[in-house]
Amino acid sequence: MNMIEAIRSAHDVMMDRDPTVIVLGQDVGYFGGVFRCTDGLQRKYGEHRVIDAPIAEGGIVAAALGMGVNGLRPVAEIQFADYIYPSFDQIVSELARLRYRSCGEFFSPVTIRTPCGGGIRGGQTHSQSPEGIFTHVSGIKTVMPSNPYDAKGLLISAIESDDPVVFFEPKRIYNGPFDGDPEKPGVSWASHPKGEVPEGYYTVPLGSAEIALPGEELTIVTYGTLVHVAIAAARETGVDCEVIDVRTMAPLDVKTLADSVKKTGRCLIAHEATRFGGYGAELAATLQKECFYQLEAPIGRVAGWDTPYPHAFEWQYFPGLKRLSAGIHRVMEAE
Amino acid sequence: MITKSRLQIPRPSARPGDEPDFSYLDLSPAGSIDKPQIGARTRDIEFLSSGLVRVLDEDFTAKGPWDPNLDPTQLQVALRWMMLTRALDDRMWQIQRQGRISFYMQSRGEEAVSIAQGMALRSGDMCFPSYRNQGLYLYRGVKLVDMMCQCLSNTRDMCKGRQLPIMYHSKAGNVFSISGNLATQFPQAVGWAMASAIKGEDHIAASWVGDGSTAEADFHYALTFAAVYQAPVILNVVNNQWAISTFQGTAGGQRRPFAARGLGLGIPGIRVDGNDLLAVYAVTLWAADRARRGGGPTLIEHVTYRGGAHSTSDDPSKYRPKDEWEAFPLGDPVERLKQHLIVEGHWSEAKHEKLAEQLKADVHAAWREAQKYGTMTEGPFLDPATMFEDVYDEMSAHLESQRRRMLEVLSEN
Repeated sequence: MNMIEAIRSAHDVMMDRDPTVIVLGQDVGYFGGVFRCTDGLQRKYGEHRVIDAPIAEGGIVAAALGMGVNGLRPVAEIQFADYIYPSFDQIVSELARLRYRSCGEFFSPVTIRTPCGGGIRGGQTHSQSPEGIFTHVSGIKTVMPSNPYDAKGLLISAIESDDPVVFFEPKRIYNGPFDGDPEKPGVSWASHPKGEVPEGYYTVPLGSAEIALPGEELTIVTYGTLVHVAIAAARETGVDCEVIDVRTMAPLDVKTLADSVKKTGRCLIAHEATRFGGYGAELAATLQKECFYQLEAPIGRVAGWDTPYPHAFEWQYFPGLKRLSAGIHRVMEAE
Repeated sequence: MITKSRLQIPRPSARPGDEPDFSYLDLSPAGSIDKPQIGARTRDIEFLSSGLVRVLDEDFTAKGPWDPNLDPTQLQVALRWMMLTRALDDRMWQIQRQGRISFYMQSRGEEAVSIAQGMALRSGDMCFPSYRNQGLYLYRGVKLVDMMCQCLSNTRDMCKGRQLPIMYHSKAGNVFSISGNLATQFPQAVGWAMASAIKGEDHIAASWVGDGSTAEADFHYALTFAAVYQAPVILNVVNNQWAISTFQGTAGGQRRPFAARGLGLGIPGIRVDGNDLLAVYAVTLWAADRARRGGGPTLIEHVTYRGGAHSTSDDPSKYRPKDEWEAFPLGDPVERLKQHLIVEGHWSEAKHEKLAEQLKADVHAAWREAQKYGTMTEGPFLDPATMFEDVYDEMSAHLESQRRRMLEVLSEN
């Protein structure tokens, strides 16, 4: 399966198992979503369980919250992560804190799915990676898979979770892994081991990172599309890198990350989101605290430039192969 | 003829030192507004959003088609709940002024809204209140002592010290948790109502916002979703004329009533005398029946007046005439129901006085009991380690480590 099919399959499995699971969002119903992630679900489960919503992200999240309080388990799609901001108050002030402020009397198990990231010629309003804005908020879990197998397993875990989850889908790798070189012909998930996705129910637990490429000399901590770019950069540089796919930004699997960095003594953090105040800063601070005496070089960071995502200069902006390779060399050469 | 573009800066009819002036309020005589069938089309009942549904007349008798014909006992019970709400408010206000709680908000003058609607809804219907609906919590079974313990953030506080005073919740009473962010509950109520319909249940939802909060995007999300899916929900705008210091015109209430906000979406609106318990009860029952039978949402504007300050942090003498409430043409909801019962021969000044004394004593007794669970200065105190609970369903490892760290720091003192 590609990632779209895996996400669709996660919906299908959960809607079949649990009649309280419902889907709402813009274009998710009759049409099946602009990225086709919910294609066929309305035909199968009906218009009361797969609901085309008005263009009102705040309303979508608020309605999902209310449905969750009334015993449903809503999966809300925000069509692009760039459009999530009108719902920010409902996520941050309401969804994230409802359990807390009512001491567990009320909660709402909403999953918010939203495609993120660049590399699709989307310009500054269809390319953002706002995960760091949400990892800063207590009470929600934030997830970003890097492959179809994880996407399905993590999404099922997210839907089953009684906590609200913001589930970011890196849309550049919906149809195939991407090594950061837009000139190369596209690769499909068919030949990738993580494109092997079981038809039925399985989970990938929230809060667990995974070693995407084992290595000994340097740890690259990353997630989403950049997992594949990092693996390509490791191969290109010839440095024996261990690439860690964070998978769940919050709660963070500190142990898997720290064990690797203690082993290699060197760490490069990579994400597509802007750098200043970004999630990579939290990773760097955590890892320097956990691994300070094993570190042989300052922790490096490669990230999107601190500008909006420019339409015409997408590949100069995107932290691709060249920048990751340079980052690897920088951390390897530092003493 | 205006020849240049210009801004209108909305100004209230009176500021401090001015004579109160409510000539801007369109009033209809009691009993003068027709009561349509609940199946009526929105376009045929637009008059409900511009007129003012009133049952209690100037002479305190009940008039017209909206008279719900409640029996005297029900009315006495309603009066008691309104009086209890006010007695609680009076006491808690005083307690805040003595520095014994940090903050309070009273619902003086607006008690009929919560009590009449609480009575008209069924217990399985879900309420998403604003911060001035304390009557709803009382009516739906939250004890005085529990309201007070919440305000004290003490060991019996339902919110475990996490929420500002008055931000109650009651799962057992089907009254949602108060957020503190305005109007967020409005579209949430619509989602709750949608779920009820999806599940094939006949419970409905109701929510409340003030006139000021109608300017929030959430208000418009709620109306849109409610209209699109014909959700079984009652959306209430409690127009108490003031949003802290800005009058209802600042939220856009000067040209069309708030009740008319839904008409463009096909949502019927009812403008009701919010200080007339009978009228509020009747329109709520009408809207609830309509929602329960698949007729969709109704927007109700309650015309009332904020009899007190916005909160204990507010001083209304700085921005509105001191005697404005006394001049409010729709009076005081408690006084009006009391006079109605007296006129009908089911109540007396003596009984009223006796009940007021009894409720005051109940409130005093509850306050004495509440303090046993701790005050701001004297124990027992809540365990601060509980602040790390309920952030997630299960405490995450990093919160567990922060909790340990906090306890270490505290034990060092």
